Amino acid sequence: MSTTLEELFVKVRAENRAALIAYIPAGFPSKEGCANAIKALVAAGVDAIEIGFPYSDPVMDGPTIQEAADISLKAGTNAADVFAALKVASDSGTAAVVMTYWNPIEKYGVEKFAESIAANGGSGVITPDLPIEESDQWLAAVSAHKINPIYVVAPSSSDLRIAQVSAKTGGFVYAASIMGVTGARASVSVDAAELVGRVRTATSLPVAVGLGVSTREQAKLVAAYADGVIVGSAFIKLLLNADDEKSGLMAISELAKDLAKGVREGR
Amino acid sequence: MSIDELPGRFGQYGGRFVPEALIGALNELEAAHISAQSDSAFLAELAQLHRTYTGRPSIITEVPRFGEYAGGARIILKREDLNHTGSHKINNVLGQALLTKRMGKKRIIAETGAGQHGVAAATAAALFGLECVVYMGLEDTRRQSLNVARMKLLGAQVVPVTSGSQTLKDAINEAMRDWVTNVADTHYMLGTVAGPHPFPTMVRDYHKIIGIEAREQVLELCGKLPDAVLACIGGGSNAIGIFHAFIPDSGVRLIGFEAGGDGVETGRHAATITGGSPGVLHGTRSYVLQDENGQTIESYSISAGLDYPGVGPEHAYLHDIGRAEYRAINDDQAMNAFSLLCKTEGIIPAIETAHALAGAMIIGNELGPDATLLINLSGRGDKDVQTAAEYFGIPL
Ligand SMILES: Cc1ncc(COP(=O)(O)O)c(C=O)c1O
Repeated sequence: MSTTLEELFVKVRAENRAALIAYIPAGFPSKEGCANAIKALVAAGVDAIEIGFPYSDPVMDGPTIQEAADISLKAGTNAADVFAALKVASDSGTAAVVMTYWNPIEKYGVEKFAESIAANGGSGVITPDLPIEESDQWLAAVSAHKINPIYVVAPSSSDLRIAQVSAKTGGFVYAASIMGVTGARASVSVDAAELVGRVRTATSLPVAVGLGVSTREQAKLVAAYADGVIVGSAFIKLLLNADDEKSGLMAISELAKDLAKGVREGR
Repeated sequence: MSIDELPGRFGQYGGRFVPEALIGALNELEAAHISAQSDSAFLAELAQLHRTYTGRPSIITEVPRFGEYAGGARIILKREDLNHTGSHKINNVLGQALLTKRMGKKRIIAETGAGQHGVAAATAAALFGLECVVYMGLEDTRRQSLNVARMKLLGAQVVPVTSGSQTLKDAINEAMRDWVTNVADTHYMLGTVAGPHPFPTMVRDYHKIIGIEAREQVLELCGKLPDAVLACIGGGSNAIGIFHAFIPDSGVRLIGFEAGGDGVETGRHAATITGGSPGVLHGTRSYVLQDENGQTIESYSISAGLDYPGVGPEHAYLHDIGRAEYRAINDDQAMNAFSLLCKTEGIIPAIETAHALAGAMIIGNELGPDATLLINLSGRGDKDVQTAAEYFGIPL
């Protein structure tokens, strides 16, 4: 049986376009606000939702996501809130995954974490600081609960390394477009296309590009060669800068609609 | 498992929990370290630097007047405070600077809490002509403004870190972010035996000279090994440095003293092994101060150099197998020992080190006058004069 995420990529390949994947941390801008944001993003045409597990020491994240995580943690966000947000996303019919640093998984219980992902309709988990060498217990758990282990590859990854990581990956390969941390950037690095090309020689899995995408134009460029376009900081920035929740939700809806056009214009 | 075979893991601890972008750099670093350790020219260059720049071998000093407060035990200090830049940290940075040169990198980054490692890194960068950026929590740049000035005088750029708790743990996060971005030309000169493999092993290898020298020096002075070897524990580098040569000597107790802050029971402390639990922080599995969701808990200690919610994985392993013991010393006990060493021996220790001295007072009283205790005097207290003056109510 395939996950909703795997079905999504079959569908977008048939439509000859890229999927739009949106990232939002659980509990941000508030517990309610997160649920409303997820619904707004889905209504605006986002194909998959990535729920972030806010973490105290997010070394892969730039200032925007750090700020959102701080706000969420100050409000007391915990694993239950992450699973609740995941359920909101999966109940809306969209593919839903969690992105989390490793320690919260280990503390929650590796087996139990995979079980809770599946129980709340999640398709998989992105683990940005878990190398494949440390993954034995995790891979056993995800396989027992039939969810996708999603790993990240970077421009610095060797071809051999890309092959090794892809061989352990399910759902899609997460290609980090640049050497760096999350955050909206003026342009998407040329490294991204080169990296996606190298991943394609190693695997037939879908490849989604994250880090730095924030505009329709960028989404269009990335959609030309990738199966998925991941946008996080751009949405979060709009929510952080909004005067109130309602105007924040309107702003992310507008951006999501724009990006949804972008991922359909690439080819 | 043999402790000497350059393991990435220490039992269930250690390993590598880092973004994929860093895997290549860590492999490169591990390979460079292994090849350097068997390259006699590299080792000779480092030894020469230690003789002519660091001031090694550091001496040992017997402190009988202080020993009277430690149950009359024979107390011997390994004087890392007399090294250039005033602490053990220079051992590590000179080794890593040579390695940086070997890897052909031109820029180093470092994190610092109290500023001691930052000063040492800036020193090594000046000596080797490397660009140096030091990340330091904004809070710490205020507490340790003199060390900020020292780093700047040495030509380093100091970047105040405003995220999270604005202390050492956040400085490490920021250094990791820089490294992920600039890994092609930059070496991350981590300051203690924590972080992803190979750092815990590599940093230990540059500090184990402390124990190798001290073991010989004590044998020569006493005709026997000490009953116990004592050190303070921040990340654990000075402790593993002096412990390592004694690990095979099963009759020698190894005792590490963590920062108990206001008391472990208050929650305001940095006693990671005593008060924490196994988890992953900053790329390694070890003991961590964390809550039930795996979020790091901010630590507290009067000593900025011990104020860290993690600890090196080799210590976690030595603790679990029972080869080393770890106890907590609170602020007041440490400051009492600080003052005693000043007044009985004319040596102003670092407040970090004072935790080991307070530990010696306890262990000496437990073991009595026949015991011989070797203590790593990891650093001198010049940097702590302001904190100590405030603590003791001396007007400045
Ligand atoms: C003098 C001195 N001792 C000890 C430490 C603690 O570090 P570690 O446990 O790595 O030796 C520091 C750190 O700044 C220090 O300056």
